[in-house]
Amino acid sequence: MDWDKLVQLLVNGLTLGSVYALVALGFSMVYGILKLLNLAHGDVLMVGAFIGWGILGWLGGAQDPSVAVWLLIGLMVLGAMVGCGFLGVAIERFAYRPLRRAPRIAPLISALGVSFFLQNSVLLLFGANFRSYETFDLVDVEVGIHWGPLNVWAIRIMVVVAAVAMMLGLWLLVTRTRLGKAMRATAFDREAAAMMGIDVDRVIVKTFFIGSALAGAAGVLVGLVFGQINHFMGFNYGLKGFTAAVVGGIGSIPGAMFGGLFIGLAEALSVGYIEDFTRGRLGSAFKDLVVFLILVLFMLLRPQGIFGRPEVKKV
Amino acid sequence: MAEQPRIGVDEWVAQAEERRARTVAARLGDLLDRVPPALRLLAIALPLALYPVFVDSEYLMQVGIDTLIFVLLALGLNVAVGWVGLLDLGFVAFFGLGAYLYTALASEYAGRHWDAQFAIPLIAVVVGVTGFVLGLTSKRLLGDYLAIVTLFFLQIYLVILINSSFTRGPNGISSVLPLEFFGKQVTSLDGYFYVSLVVFVVVVAVLYLINQSRTGRAWRALREDELAAELMTMPVDRLKLMAFAFGAGVAGVAGAIFAPIQGAVFPANFDIVLLITVYAMVVLGGAGSLLGVTVGAVLINASLEALRSPEDASWLFYGVLVVTLLVMLRPWWRGPAVIAATIAFGVVAHEAAGQVRASLVGGTSFGEARIDHLVDTWVLLPENVVTPDGLPTGALGRLAYIGFIAAVLGLTLVRSSLWRTVGLVPVLYLAACVWENLLVAQPAVARFVLIGAMLVALMAFRPQGLFGKQRVEIV
Repeated sequence: MDWDKLVQLLVNGLTLGSVYALVALGFSMVYGILKLLNLAHGDVLMVGAFIGWGILGWLGGAQDPSVAVWLLIGLMVLGAMVGCGFLGVAIERFAYRPLRRAPRIAPLISALGVSFFLQNSVLLLFGANFRSYETFDLVDVEVGIHWGPLNVWAIRIMVVVAAVAMMLGLWLLVTRTRLGKAMRATAFDREAAAMMGIDVDRVIVKTFFIGSALAGAAGVLVGLVFGQINHFMGFNYGLKGFTAAVVGGIGSIPGAMFGGLFIGLAEALSVGYIEDFTRGRLGSAFKDLVVFLILVLFMLLRPQGIFGRPEVKKV
Repeated sequence: MAEQPRIGVDEWVAQAEERRARTVAARLGDLLDRVPPALRLLAIALPLALYPVFVDSEYLMQVGIDTLIFVLLALGLNVAVGWVGLLDLGFVAFFGLGAYLYTALASEYAGRHWDAQFAIPLIAVVVGVTGFVLGLTSKRLLGDYLAIVTLFFLQIYLVILINSSFTRGPNGISSVLPLEFFGKQVTSLDGYFYVSLVVFVVVVAVLYLINQSRTGRAWRALREDELAAELMTMPVDRLKLMAFAFGAGVAGVAGAIFAPIQGAVFPANFDIVLLITVYAMVVLGGAGSLLGVTVGAVLINASLEALRSPEDASWLFYGVLVVTLLVMLRPWWRGPAVIAATIAFGVVAHEAAGQVRASLVGGTSFGEARIDHLVDTWVLLPENVVTPDGLPTGALGRLAYIGFIAAVLGLTLVRSSLWRTVGLVPVLYLAACVWENLLVAQPAVARFVLIGAMLVALMAFRPQGLFGKQRVEIV
């Protein structure tokens, strides 16, 4: 058994998983409240990654940053969160709100349009080339934890810590604050919530802001850890985020976290071991197949996900 | 007609026909409804059959065939999306499956050459069954989750095509043999056009009959109110799976024709871009209407072709803009007034910018047509707009693009109709600036930006598309 490899894969899986969890959270929150699959969520992440890249370039780039590194990273994450938050609000206002009373398929098609529009707009503005954060120049690879087989780069630690902190913050927000209470009430029964004096539209707008801000932060984290971003990156993260939300149980916050980590670990481990298991017949690109099979298995055996409750149809 | 008992019809629905009777378009539509369906199909197919006679350009023939394939795809997608209301995002994978299956049955690579009269029906059945099996996975939650499962399925399908040595990866398989019916090979473009046309007619006829049948009525009932349909003892899950499989089968047939026409298959033929294009066709034409999706497919494919070259694209852009203004603005004089005001606004803005800094207006348009030279003296075109590799250097174009989106969104929030019309003037000018500075230089991207924007706008303002019937929300 090659312990070094296993440890490295687990670290990879945790990093990837925390990003997926952040995406899954935003997706799950919106679904919980509006019963709407926000197919453009992955592209919001992509826009966040580009905002972070823009701020990085504006503050001098990775080689020669004009402010302290921690401050730079903080500003990138914050900028992306605010930018994407407002983007999310705009998407809700213009693409989804006019369709509140439309047949269920209408907002989904609208979401497809938004997704396509965002992707091609970024392609138009920045071109098709991969852009690099050049994080290795920002934080040296050697900085981090080195302990036996465990070698973790500082950026990876930061990603996991940041993701966990944001999830905890969100959990506190939803369980402890008035807004959280309103969100839970709206998710439970929108009409009844409105009758109890909750401004449902405002709750929805705030939900979109928070969910999209999380996706924006995830975009910057992806850029920092994996270095390269392009206009089509949102597709993959969106898809895996959806899968994570479904596996964890859609509408549930611990479910989204757990699902994200689960999918991240599954993907990382299959990258590492799929060649060994299939004796070289399938390459590491087939990691997506593993994730897909997990999704299908969950659909067949436990469609409500790990933490979800079975849906009861109301007549 | 005697007064019939109208069960389950409320006031709004009962008056629907009266409301419809008021518009000219609706009356024309009613007139059209009286023509027997077989005649209507003939009326569309016969002029199309003359297309190869009058067109001798190879490019136009190719466009014609592509359009027919797109029509087939739109018809197939319409089954799941328009009739049943399921979001099938893996649709293109079935198209690809059909194409690769044909390659497996008739190519030098596979070492076989099956006759098309056996291959095509077989492919339709196999692809349909695949669709059925895929739908089964999300049987317990057939609804929104179907979208995720099917989208992921498309992704997996592409991963397998690209990474498997069996399908030769991204290089594709380029030795697909032509269609052969009863020992006779189809060799010319004209031949392929007629094959596609025949398949189109058959598919339309079959879909029409299904839509009129018990199953078709059940599908529509299901779309309108799933719960009610289930309570009427309709087998909801099975109906959905059937629709899904049926659409997949049509896509498979389209793929089976597409592969020999192209003479090769590549994974890149079956990507998300194609998926969204087909969605745009279905939605523009009017989901649920056979005539609608056909017209939608023709319109979208024709405009996509026109947007390929900057000269045609400019004509199309300004033309559509002017026509939309004239048709949409009420009362009638507002349209011309806005156009005149925009032109005046442009002249003033161009002059003012020239006074401030000459380089702001020193550039020339990307296109070569006469309209582009006119535009040079009207739109703000900074020098060196276009670098040799086609990417705009100037930040002006990008800023204008972002500003334009913000301005359009902001304009929809203005309540007063008068101020909205006034606000249109600078926004239109900005649109022209964005077009000349950014979009014309990259027509390939610009057309997809337009498709995305069109989908969102259609859904918000006219979800029934051009030919669809407006659906009333049942609370």
